[in-house]
Amino acid sequence: MKIKTKIKEFVSQSREWTESFSDMSEKRDLPRERVRKEEHMVERILEEKAGHMGLLKWRRLYLVLAAISALTLITVLLVTVANLPGFGEHHEHMDTVAQYYIDKALEETGAMNIVAGMILDYRAFDTLGESFVLFTALNCVLILLRRDFQEEYRLSDYYDLTRDPILRRVGMVVIPCVVSFGVYVMLNGHLSPGGGFSGGAIFGAGLIFLSLAFGDDFAARLVSEKLFKGVAAVALGFYCLAKGYSFFTGANHLESGISLGTPGSIFSSGLILPLNVAVGFVVTLTMYGIYRMFRKGSFK
Amino acid sequence: MEVFKLILLSLLVICAISATLSKRLLASVIIFMAYSLVMSIVWILLESPDLAITEAAVGAGVSGILFLMTLKKLHRTEIDTEDEDQD
Repeated sequence: MKIKTKIKEFVSQSREWTESFSDMSEKRDLPRERVRKEEHMVERILEEKAGHMGLLKWRRLYLVLAAISALTLITVLLVTVANLPGFGEHHEHMDTVAQYYIDKALEETGAMNIVAGMILDYRAFDTLGESFVLFTALNCVLILLRRDFQEEYRLSDYYDLTRDPILRRVGMVVIPCVVSFGVYVMLNGHLSPGGGFSGGAIFGAGLIFLSLAFGDDFAARLVSEKLFKGVAAVALGFYCLAKGYSFFTGANHLESGISLGTPGSIFSSGLILPLNVAVGFVVTLTMYGIYRMFRKGSFK
Repeated sequence: MEVFKLILLSLLVICAISATLSKRLLASVIIFMAYSLVMSIVWILLESPDLAITEAAVGAGVSGILFLMTLKKLHRTEIDTEDEDQD
């Protein structure tokens, strides 16, 4: 019971602190000296609290440890880099895998772009993990920044760019180009440089531009919360269904049964094209979703 | 070509150092975006155009915007100049 009351006390105190912080940021018209004084006071209170909780004792030890670990890391990294073979130099052990990919990738995966053949066929399981890392990052941002309560959130006019005619005009010309280039990079991942990650990033940047130039409401009408959730779930679920079996086969390859087609045509190289599209949508939604959370805290 | 590469690489180093040393956060973010743009040209010279595309879109575009959004939330874009005067 004691611990519970203590925790409650601590929570209420910390809430008071945060409120005092937000008050300060709003009182920007105050004379500079007073703000400085208040800042010092808050710092002193924080330091006192830290002293009570026994944190101050550890500060010196922490500094020493941080310096030592940073120096060790720097030394290790520098030594490793110094021992690597030079750029473009031949190395008999390190080249075997690379040579294998160069010789066999086109024949085995049907992808003109060897990089796409590697990340979405030989190592598709790694890419599954990567997409989930992105999705987890998005979820963390959602947890931290989302506002569930309905509140009229008004941005100050200083940051409202929708009334800027130059940005709107430029946006009208540029946004279609950006979005279609993103889709092109996504769909041509197995033929030309790029792929799901790059195409999705470009597509997401286009959506962010759209919502900057034409307002959050306009973008929210295009990408509603329902659509957001649905597309993310379908894309990730499809990837899991297609490549999740690697859990049970020990990352060994299974035949997908889809013919590889003629190399160079758009419908070729089996599963790589749909997987590229799935990864692209996940990346797009991650970029756009993080932006929305930073901007407004909701998809509406 | 060698000279061009040297110019790019020295620009990279200058951008990296000045982004960390700059006192105004807004300037730091802009220098960081410039760093990403130079880096994407370096990726093309290293013959990896896919990384160049990603670097230009993520480094110079999206992450820069996210940094600016964060600065806006912290109310640092306007106060910065006053800070500079006092220091």
